[in-house]
Amino acid sequence: MTQAIPAPPRFRHRTLTEYAVILVVIALVLTSVANTAPSLDKLERGVARLFAPSGFLMQMFPPDFSRVEHIAWKLVETLQMAVAGAALGLIFAVPFAILATDRLSPHPAVKIVARGLIAFFRTVPDLVWAIFFIIVVGLGPAAGVLALMIDKIGFAGRFFAEAMEEADTGPQDALRAIGASRMGIIFSAVFPACLPSFTATSLFALEKSVRGSAALGLVGAGGIGVDLKVAFDLFNYDEALTIILMMLVLVVAVEQASSWIRAKLI
Amino acid sequence: MNAPLMAGEVAAGSTPVGPVLHVRDLVKSYDGPVILRSVSFSAYAGVSLAVIGANGSGKSTLLKCLIRLTDPTSGQIEMLGQDVGALGPRALRRFRSRIGVVWQKHNLVPRLSALSNVLHGVQARMSGPRSWWQWAAPAEVRAEAMACLGRVGLADKALQRVDSLSGGQQQRVAIARMLMQRPEIVLADEPDASLDPQSGEDVMRLLSDLARQDGLTLIVISHRLEHTMAFSDRIIGLAGGQITLDVPTAQADPVKLRRFFDKPPE
Repeated sequence: MTQAIPAPPRFRHRTLTEYAVILVVIALVLTSVANTAPSLDKLERGVARLFAPSGFLMQMFPPDFSRVEHIAWKLVETLQMAVAGAALGLIFAVPFAILATDRLSPHPAVKIVARGLIAFFRTVPDLVWAIFFIIVVGLGPAAGVLALMIDKIGFAGRFFAEAMEEADTGPQDALRAIGASRMGIIFSAVFPACLPSFTATSLFALEKSVRGSAALGLVGAGGIGVDLKVAFDLFNYDEALTIILMMLVLVVAVEQASSWIRAKLI
Repeated sequence: MNAPLMAGEVAAGSTPVGPVLHVRDLVKSYDGPVILRSVSFSAYAGVSLAVIGANGSGKSTLLKCLIRLTDPTSGQIEMLGQDVGALGPRALRRFRSRIGVVWQKHNLVPRLSALSNVLHGVQARMSGPRSWWQWAAPAEVRAEAMACLGRVGLADKALQRVDSLSGGQQQRVAIARMLMQRPEIVLADEPDASLDPQSGEDVMRLLSDLARQDGLTLIVISHRLEHTMAFSDRIIGLAGGQITLDVPTAQADPVKLRRFFDKPPE
């Protein structure tokens, strides 16, 4: 007869600290929900209002296409802001990324500063940058382009730097041994090796830029967002729906085009 | 080839000159393990010198010390009339541009054409965009790069991406890049190591022929006895970080050389 093998305990023994951490996390979640999430009856009333005959959803349909030409032109402006912001951001991201790498940065202090700036640009949301640039250059697309540019330096700077860190160091060392300059090594060994990754990052940056540019108008930084805000403010919900639908078409089109190009190039 | 040359003697036909490389009491240790202990030898203009030794005997470290890719712990290296240890960063770059290195791995930039890779050799004496890509290079530089490709038999592959070439062809492109550099001394670290036996022999023969045609001093780390015997004028053997053999190849006894190739059982 085989002897019964004792089963292991169901739960691992935990220390007091572990229990304390679990309690704190649970308390954090509960207090957060209790203080900020909508109460059930509030939700109920909100949903009822949404679907009431005079409610928001009902007024949205059918969408109002009477100003479709004007909206289309504003969409073009939005796309132009996105392209300009992404292009400028990507161009300036390259030097930031070079300075932020271990191997190519001229000095460790420069590297720390460059990394700090990239992280700062990335962490502050583009809407906040837009408000900042509206103060600097005034209302309009210029502020939006600058906000998108700074956001893209943060986004692409990080990925460009990572791609350069990961590039095979053999060719770089070989050129260094030849006596090539730092610029020579960067342009003839590092960039060619990173080209597929740079392309992918640039296309993602453009997608992100298009999505971002639509919202920037809400704070007055140009583009279709301005019209969306006006439509909401004037209770023209049917026009707002048209704008939202057209924005959706633009974003999806750019995303599709970008993934098609990525698949072709890489 | 294989002419019995004694220390101080010079390749046939040329006027007697001093050593192009003089190493005295070279020591290299990495915080504890001593890789090279008191290595001294000389190399003479136009002579092909083979450095042999089992795994871990310090051959690659010796080569790296010669162009300061790693700094020796003590000792003196005099190459091309310069005290290598005393060179500042700029002088070191200028000095390295006079030394051609062929690596174990070809270390080419994979996504660029053979011609662009060969052209990078010109960075030893030219900087800026004209030395980065073949399409931006001046006509005479492109012509010289084509001539170098022709010398390694790959002129017809000029615009082919190097990652589409075979291992042997890639190593030949690397040799063409080294020729483009117009080096005065060529160092080669097992250039046949990653190749099949036939390609390896072709690469060794090509390197040795080119060095002889141009009257270059060739210092090659070799891990195949038959290549050592066929393609060198003089052999130095390293064992335990010391030179325990220094003979003209014509007087070398292959049986006695065998111990320098024995690989320790893993």
